[in-house]
Amino acid sequence: MELKPLTIHNARLMGGELGSISVDQGRISAINSDAAQVPTAQGADIIDAQGQWLAPGIIDLGVFATDKPAFHFGGITRAALMPDSGMLDSAGLVERAAKGGKPDLWVHPIAAATKNLAGREMAEIGLMKAAGARAVATGRDRIADSGVMRRLLSYAASLGLTTITHAEDEGITAGSVATDGEMATRLGLSSAPSIAEAIAVSRDLLLVEQTGAPLHFRQVTTARALDMIRTAKAQGLPVTCGITPAHLFLSETAIGGFRSFARLSPPLRSEDDRAACLAAIADGTIDILSSGHDPRGPEDKRLPFAEALPGMAGAESLLALGLQLVRDGHINAVRLFDLLAANPAKLLGVDAGHLSIGAEADLILINEGTPWKMDAKKMAAYAGNTPFDGMPVQGRATMIFKGGKRIR
Amino acid sequence: MNSHIPRPASDYPPGGDAFPHRHLIGIAQLTPWEISYILDAAEQWVEMNRSGAAKHDDALAGLTIINAFFENSTRTLLSFEIAGKRLGADVVNMNAAQSSLKKGETLIDTAMTLNAMRADAIVIRHASSGAVQLIADKVDCPVLNAGDGRHEHPTQALLDALTIRRNKGRVEGLTIAICGDVLHSRVARSNILALTLLGNEVRVVAPATLLPPAIERMHVQVFTDMDEGIKGADVVMMLRLQNERMDGAYLPSAREYHELYGLTPKRLELAKEDAIIMHPGPMNRGVEIDSIVADHPTRSVVTQQVEMGVAVRMACLDILTRRKRKVSGWN
Repeated sequence: MELKPLTIHNARLMGGELGSISVDQGRISAINSDAAQVPTAQGADIIDAQGQWLAPGIIDLGVFATDKPAFHFGGITRAALMPDSGMLDSAGLVERAAKGGKPDLWVHPIAAATKNLAGREMAEIGLMKAAGARAVATGRDRIADSGVMRRLLSYAASLGLTTITHAEDEGITAGSVATDGEMATRLGLSSAPSIAEAIAVSRDLLLVEQTGAPLHFRQVTTARALDMIRTAKAQGLPVTCGITPAHLFLSETAIGGFRSFARLSPPLRSEDDRAACLAAIADGTIDILSSGHDPRGPEDKRLPFAEALPGMAGAESLLALGLQLVRDGHINAVRLFDLLAANPAKLLGVDAGHLSIGAEADLILINEGTPWKMDAKKMAAYAGNTPFDGMPVQGRATMIFKGGKRIR
Repeated sequence: MNSHIPRPASDYPPGGDAFPHRHLIGIAQLTPWEISYILDAAEQWVEMNRSGAAKHDDALAGLTIINAFFENSTRTLLSFEIAGKRLGADVVNMNAAQSSLKKGETLIDTAMTLNAMRADAIVIRHASSGAVQLIADKVDCPVLNAGDGRHEHPTQALLDALTIRRNKGRVEGLTIAICGDVLHSRVARSNILALTLLGNEVRVVAPATLLPPAIERMHVQVFTDMDEGIKGADVVMMLRLQNERMDGAYLPSAREYHELYGLTPKRLELAKEDAIIMHPGPMNRGVEIDSIVADHPTRSVVTQQVEMGVAVRMACLDILTRRKRKVSGWN
């Protein structure tokens, strides 16, 4: 079927000035703040955005499931899939995962760094790259063996792939389900000091310095580790880091009452660390905001806190909480879409995540003011494990286009 | 021994307002006067239990109490069973440590099963912190926490408070040292909450590896030196040290622990002359406590603790089932 051209008028481009955009053959053909300057092709669909925001589709780096309804609800057009669930450690599996979103969602598989993610022998990263893998990841844990990690970094870099790692020292965190502090002690939960993260980050920064290989810390959640990354970036090391809204909006008090939806990895931190995360997202230390989408049903979550599995269904709340960062004055709208789209696109090496002529038209319209309430019982995701249950939020994606075709 | 005269009922809010909780999950949910209310209620059961042959009351006749123990226990299970039976209830013990949970049934499913059997109260012990709360949220009857992970063991703290009150004439304004594996101890957490709430100076004394993080935030003084920690104490409460803590991960060895933290007669001299010695049992004689101290005829109150345990659990079962039994003023 012929793809119809598309013109969107009266939209605030990236949350800024009003403007118009035209799409032809699935690609952006014109952008202008003056509607008259944007030609409308014959037979084009014309949409009046009525002042809504127009932004690139969100590129969600590091999800644990291909959960299309949740991604579409959240304005996510591309999802980079972690290798953990379904174990993406061979080319065939990667190829199949890459097709998992067709036709209305891009899935970019992230290759397992080591066989079975065991942290010992390297997986066939080159073959997986050929099959569509866009990065390499250590999985839910880091690679404990420093020698393995060093060789992995060099090898992945030589293939042009960024390594994505988890930043917690497994010796410090062994058996723990929370961060050391009054809350964990009162609840009688096994906890670990937050320096587990800085210890892991410091080792890996030295390895980056030595190998020159690019490394992305999927989640950095403590003041100490963020300071180290800030310094490393200033020195010009090829490091980036990410975070999810959980560590920006919640602290360890959220685990009160043994709420297993707030059992996350890394665990929620102190209020001081939360403040440091907000500062780091404001000053540019943090590069990527992602959902960490990890839907888990009652069999994994309706358990005593320590027995519940970590993770949250985050895809639906990602955009609204990102907009909250803008409303709270931590970042501006342009930076929000860098965090949500441009920077993850850069890491994955895909030509997306920006509004420019010739780019693939993965677009979302956002009504940034719509108030709604997170409700674990009424989610699009296949499980409702959100730590934000009951929280009033604002803003949601009203239309989604993938390659110029409207999919919602 | 000093005896304690309970406050008159008129000191407390009328009827169910004196204890407005449906469950007993932890000391954390209680106020000082609610604790005092339970202790006062327990006094009558102490008297009855000591009264000779006819240690029986029919207050809970016809009620079914299920003791669901998902973790092995001998003393606490026995204590709850006797407490229920002395009140005339039909008591059923479910030793789940070797039953359905091993077959893969989830905790919630087990809870729903117990609920469907129309228990009038369920007493639960579980190895995971928060497990009892999880079940309490799902069932229709009162739930009593008999110990969940490292979180709470409220009846132990209540029986300890009663033991202290009966020996010291009060359970406020005292210096109480809780010594040993505080990190892994629900007994320590519940006791810290109860004893600080009642207005005592509470100290915790433990090796640095067995101190919970930020424990000072629970309003206790922290000592890693046993001699300093028990100096001038009115009450020395020892905790049990599990064998698996002594294999090198937390402590080098049992004999080193005894040398540094064991309650020896010599060390006990540092406490007040009339200090009492407590232990929740079972004791590791020669490790955390010397036999000569554990068996001290006037100062060791370890067996009294066991006795108070039955009375306190009778009080808790009585109070928590009053709504179900439609006791006047309780609805």
